[in-house]
Amino acid sequence: MRNCINVLQALFKNRKYLLLRRVSQLSILFLFFGGNYFGWKVLIGNYSSAILLDEIFLSDPFATLQILVSGFVGAANLFIGAAIVLLFYAIIGGRVFCSWVCPVNMLSDFSLWLREKMRIKDKSKIILSKNVRYYILALSFILSAIIGIAAFEIISPISIFHRAIIFGVGGSWSVILALFFFELTIVKNGWCGYICPLGAFYSIVGKYGLLKVYHEKEKCTLCNKCFDVCPEDQVLSIIGKKDGYIKSGECTNCAQCIDVCDDDALKFSINYFKNNLNNR
Amino acid sequence: MTSRRKAIENIFKTSTFMGFGGLLWGSSADEAANTEFTLRPPGASQKDRDFVQACIKCGTCVEVCPYDTLELATPGDGKVVGTPYFHPREIPCYMCTDIPCTNNCPSGALDLKRLEKENEPASINNSQMGIASIHKETCIAFWGIRCDACYRACPLIGKALTIERKINERTEQHAYLLPIVNGDFCTGCGICEHVCVVEESAIYVLPLSAATGRVGNHYVKGWDKEDEKRMKLNNTEVDDSKDINSGLEYLNSDEELY
Repeated sequence: MRNCINVLQALFKNRKYLLLRRVSQLSILFLFFGGNYFGWKVLIGNYSSAILLDEIFLSDPFATLQILVSGFVGAANLFIGAAIVLLFYAIIGGRVFCSWVCPVNMLSDFSLWLREKMRIKDKSKIILSKNVRYYILALSFILSAIIGIAAFEIISPISIFHRAIIFGVGGSWSVILALFFFELTIVKNGWCGYICPLGAFYSIVGKYGLLKVYHEKEKCTLCNKCFDVCPEDQVLSIIGKKDGYIKSGECTNCAQCIDVCDDDALKFSINYFKNNLNNR
Repeated sequence: MTSRRKAIENIFKTSTFMGFGGLLWGSSADEAANTEFTLRPPGASQKDRDFVQACIKCGTCVEVCPYDTLELATPGDGKVVGTPYFHPREIPCYMCTDIPCTNNCPSGALDLKRLEKENEPASINNSQMGIASIHKETCIAFWGIRCDACYRACPLIGKALTIERKINERTEQHAYLLPIVNGDFCTGCGICEHVCVVEESAIYVLPLSAATGRVGNHYVKGWDKEDEKRMKLNNTEVDDSKDINSGLEYLNSDEELY
């Protein structure tokens, strides 16, 4: 019994938010899965568009915008759903979708973990700019307008991945494997950190949201653990330099930095908006 | 501060990335969106490209379908990835009267309005998922064997599928009972294709765009007063008394002679 508790304690230590995130990601995925296989009415559809509790429409605002730009004015439910989701992430802030909802995050984290276990060093000759995703975001709107089809939705590996889980794999495994090995062997965190336009979209949407990581310089011992775990370490520019919020919208609010910080120098704060105004 | 050289280099890199990347992405996406011969759920646009444009690929229609008729396309299916389709030979559309797939579509890609007809409320019987076609050479009813499996199974029996009698001249004493598809009523549900008794169904559903023609302005039914109106409408645009030039040009041009 005591062993059990020790094991659990060891598991939870420095992994509190990681476990919470996995619970959040897996339960959403499981509800979608159950919606298809067991006929549960909690979440019908998938991450592109869903019906919550047989009542509330939810839809991917990025996909909805692409469809609109391509020249099709969708049904009212589509826009209501997109507005709900957009407001939710705009208010919460950061890329909460990426680290708390999106199933690709689990695949991506798995490849990061495997990278560490297999000691794959990031000596990649391919150097991507963190801004590539914004160009791809812009391209997806431009192309949608030109070809008259939602350009990213038609190739999106995110959608292919979650549909493979919710509706059956079919021929999707090739795309999923490609995505996995791209992140494992070619570019570290390549999809989520550099390419994904949906992440770029939520970076912009969540820029001024409430939930942000707060850093206290006094407590920081400059151990750099947060830089090691952060998938977007360019957002940590203030660490060890000054007190304040991690302001960048590119922060996924994954809280891995909070988990690894032994000095209690990082924590979640929801007073961002108030303080943000005062600081300007 | 970036130097001018660096800035120009960056602009060049970005525009190359956007230009060629966009060209590659755009053309492949454009190509991928063209899939004919795909049967869509009821209430979808007849132009498949329009349906693909409107569909958000959420799979709600697939989930609410009580017969598991609909499937979502995955890479390698030769269809637009993530869009719903069905193979009637495996599971046809059983034409639920409450039309859950169309009713629950959030994006408007499946629209109940397309199932309405002249002020009648939306009915699954008005759906046009496709049209059944019969291959006479492999349909055993055309051999003279008495098979009316498709006719009996048709949910709109006597309307969408009818039986035509003909004398069998080979035996000179039997009758052919031939299934005939009536395009005005056929919904493309594919139950006929599902039940067909030969190895590969001799009756099969094709999307309307693939199986229908269009008379257009080439012919008008002279015996149909309604249809004749089309002719008058076309002529009102040209006033012969005022338009002399086009007539002269026609007479003077000799292009069509050679």
